[in-house]
Amino acid sequence: MAFLELNNVSKSFGGQRVLSDINLSIQEGEFVAIVGYSGQGKTTLINLVAGLIKPDQGEVSLEGKPVTGPGPDRGLVFQNYSLLPWLTVQENIALAVDQVFPGWTAAQRLAHIDKYIAMVKLSHAKDRLPKQLSGGMRQRVSVARTLAINPRILLLDEPLGALDALTRGTLQDEIANIWQTERKTVVLITNSVDEALLLADRIIPLTIGPGATLGESVPVTLARPRDRKGVNHDPEFKRLRALVTNQLLAFNAGRKVSLTQKLIRPDILPEDLEAPRVSRPPRRPGEEKHEVILTS
Amino acid sequence: MKKFLDISRLVKTFPTPKGPLTVVRDFDLGVRKGEFITLIGHSGCGKSTVLSMVAGLTDLTSGGIILASKEVTEAGPDRGVVFQAPCLLPWYTAFENVMLGVDQVYYTATSLERRQIAEYYLTIVGLGDSMHKRPSELSQGMRQRCGIARAFALSPKMLLLDEPFGMLDSLTKYELQDVLLDLWQRDQKTALMVTHDVDEALYLSDRVVMMTDGPEATVGDILEVNFPRPRTRKQLMEDPEYYRLREHLIGFLEERSHLRPGKPAMAAAH
Repeated sequence: MAFLELNNVSKSFGGQRVLSDINLSIQEGEFVAIVGYSGQGKTTLINLVAGLIKPDQGEVSLEGKPVTGPGPDRGLVFQNYSLLPWLTVQENIALAVDQVFPGWTAAQRLAHIDKYIAMVKLSHAKDRLPKQLSGGMRQRVSVARTLAINPRILLLDEPLGALDALTRGTLQDEIANIWQTERKTVVLITNSVDEALLLADRIIPLTIGPGATLGESVPVTLARPRDRKGVNHDPEFKRLRALVTNQLLAFNAGRKVSLTQKLIRPDILPEDLEAPRVSRPPRRPGEEKHEVILTS
Repeated sequence: MKKFLDISRLVKTFPTPKGPLTVVRDFDLGVRKGEFITLIGHSGCGKSTVLSMVAGLTDLTSGGIILASKEVTEAGPDRGVVFQAPCLLPWYTAFENVMLGVDQVYYTATSLERRQIAEYYLTIVGLGDSMHKRPSELSQGMRQRCGIARAFALSPKMLLLDEPFGMLDSLTKYELQDVLLDLWQRDQKTALMVTHDVDEALYLSDRVVMMTDGPEATVGDILEVNFPRPRTRKQLMEDPEYYRLREHLIGFLEERSHLRPGKPAMAAAH
């Protein structure tokens, strides 16, 4: 029995089939990345697992129990951070922790919150409001909040999509480190093949919709910790990168049709708008002549 | 080398409450006609400031920029700019957005010829069926296609691209990189593009110019990219040279970008 199971799951919105026949089983402690194009149902898939929406057909189960609604056993991190703007870093995390651990003393809860704030390296900023934080710091708060409720599984929905390359790299390393120590089961949704290769044990491509489904799993056996620069001379990295990228490109190629169309590109040159306006037909490149004229 | 674009001793200083801040200092770069150059560096290092000065949208503090034997002093239609956000007028259709500039620079042409130019470029970028839609009806990727068509339609001497694909997911990005390369090759343009994406830089450019971190950013290193053209992603990924260059760029960004050239640590790297 797998830890997380999706059996023949399908979902439509307004008569349009978004996902069809999704079969997925994830083992406890596994880090799985689902890679696909925008708008093909990646978020729908994670919402189904989170219990935020229900499948039309098939079923989702976690540790053998069917998922019927959202719950603290599944922790979600969204691309847009979803922090309450009037609460500080510590208060945002406390909101979740107080709900999930009502039996603890206030001191216990506070110590627990501070531990996770320290884990994402934000101890110096715990009294700041979200607007006083950079995008990368906000996403760290969101990760800390999710980890602090001690979920059985982490669902990361393009968590780093809105960040610049450098911050993205730093947070990827942090997620990898946290995963090494916490050993949670993780499902990461991403559109970046490199991100998937640096983090996951297994990559599953999502095909193109309508009616997208999961392609064949690609196991990633690169040694950890994985070094963004060093992997470039690892032949296995190159092989996997080419394999997954080509698979995704092939999905898209199937969608394209080539057509021949009659188009006219008039062979004329733009006018110099700084020069006085002229009233003559446009110049054509063939008409241009460069001649050397000697003047005294 | 005949320089089509010649940037020399470029300096940009911004006034701040804490006194003047020199963002870019002694930036030198020569670009040949028809070359595709990418400027790579971390966010905020000043690479967009350099591009903006070449576009004539930002004044330079000192130094000079010469494009096709003429000094750049202000913005003009001889430089086509593609921004990160496509900056389309929301009340115009894609076609009308492109026509706005076309009507200006081709004022001597007939209205039929002007329409043909706009239609030609919009079709090439893949908006043949959607050119009469407004930006609100287009996806992010389609809007950026329109931004590219608008820049090429003016037949500029030089194309300036400021992280044009930065807001797109990696797979839409692939498609638009191909659209851009296709047009660049058809029209044989000279292009200068700002990016922080290592793979994008390698796929598109003839040379990658690595910028050091600001303030006082400058050229840290230049990488020649000699893959044959036309390039395909598949062929590049199978080329062992590709990963050597990729490691070089990542290494610069992670380890050396904070060093200004001329310092001992940098000299050893050359």
